[in-house]
Parts: sequence; C-alpha cells; structure tokens
Amino acid sequence: MSDLYFDESVIHLNLEGDTKEDVLTEMGRHLVSKGLVKESFINAIIAREGEFPTGLPTAGIAVAIPHTDVEHVNRKTISVGVLKNAVDFGVMGDDSKTTPVRLVFMLAMDEAHAQLSLLQSLSNIFQDEDTLKSLVEAKDKTNIKQLLEEKLSLITL
Amino acid sequence: MKKKQVLVACGAGIATSTVVNGAIEEMAKEHDIKVDLVQIKIAEVESYVDTADLLVTTAMTKKEYPFPVINARSFLTGIGVEETKQKILEELKK
Repeated sequence: MSDLYFDESVIHLNLEGDTKEDVLTEMGRHLVSKGLVKESFINAIIAREGEFPTGLPTAGIAVAIPHTDVEHVNRKTISVGVLKNAVDFGVMGDDSKTTPVRLVFMLAMDEAHAQLSLLQSLSNIFQDEDTLKSLVEAKDKTNIKQLLEEKLSLITL
Repeated sequence: MKKKQVLVACGAGIATSTVVNGAIEEMAKEHDIKVDLVQIKIAEVESYVDTADLLVTTAMTKKEYPFPVINARSFLTGIGVEETKQKILEELKK
C-alpha cells in the first residue's frame, strides 16, 4: 500500500472528449506517462466502465468514478477531470440509463476493500451541490487541489 | 435470531462496495443487529447463493437469486438513501 499521490498534475481542466472512452483514454494515458499506473490500466478501465458503469446522477452535477482492479496500479491516486462539455456515462447499477457527466474522479486504487474514509469523503462531495459546483467552475488547478485536499482530508497535520 | 449474511458487491469489489459496507456496518451497530458482511465482486455472488440472506449492490444484477437484492447507489449520491436504509433494515430484522 502506497501513499495517495495527489497534486495539480493529475487534475485536468476543460477536458475535451466526445465519448466516455475518449475521456478515460486521455486521463488514463496521463497516469501511464507519470508511471502511476501500468499501460494495461487504460483498456482495463474502459472495459470495466462498459461492464459496470460508474456514472452517478447527483442533486447537482453528475459525476463518474471509473476504476478497475488493483493489479493495474503502481501508485494510488485520484485523477480529476473537469469536462468542457458533458459526456454521457452509463448510470451505476442501471445499464438502461445514461447521465451527462461533468466531473470525473478516476480512482487508481492499489488495495481492494481499503480506503474507506477516503471513499466516504468522496461520496460526501457527491452529496454536496455547492462543492460540485465550485469544482466545475474552478479557474485553476490549484483551487481544485486545495478544495479536494480539504474535503477529502488529504492533509495530515 | 440467526446472524444474517449480507453480501455487499460492486463490479470491482474496490470502491463502491467499501462505502456501502461501511454504511451498513454503522447502521447495524446503531440498531444493535449482528450481521455477517461479506464484501465481494458481483461475479462472486454465485459462490454464496446457499448461504446469503441479502445482496446489496451498486452493480446491475441480471440473474435471479434466492434472496432479495437491494440497489445501493443512493449511499454514494445521497438521493433516496433513507429509503434504501429502511429497506435493508427491514430485511435484517426479518
């Protein structure tokens, strides 16, 4: 188990893509280039998203939390993508529906069944319309980084 | 009362089931109900058909199981979470 890698370099603003596959490839490639995940991560996460969609309609901005098996991950990280235009993702647990996603939290986890507090904090963000709005409207990566560090309690004092 | 076996499943058994597992654990404690929580991938449900009492999942289930299935997406989005908790509680109290 490694420490969570999180800084501006895994945050993407104005991410463009026509399909969820475009978005996942772009974000995945970036993680590969940083050595945080293995090359196999990209195909694995696309396949997983097809089989088990992760789109979550919220009270405000719809989000997606694509993720895949631990063996594709070198170091634990959360990559954040703020999409320029909404991209349809399948709704988690309901493959007849899609939801227009503006925020993607790509989870690269290196241990199964762990990270409870981190994931709970993340789901708290999904339930907080104001935070979601601030993330989508943020003008620079540092704002997003600071907001998430605070909301996910990433800074250990 | 026999301890109920509750399966908590998502596609990967990594992210969403962890959140749901935590929520049910808390709920059971609150109501003083003992449960045997098993966190698995949805593909592993088959191995538990003879022992499980309930399946709580964020993934799609296309098969029929001999126990009730409750969708748990609400634990992540907060939309309808009280209703979902009630449903789970009812099953646990049976």
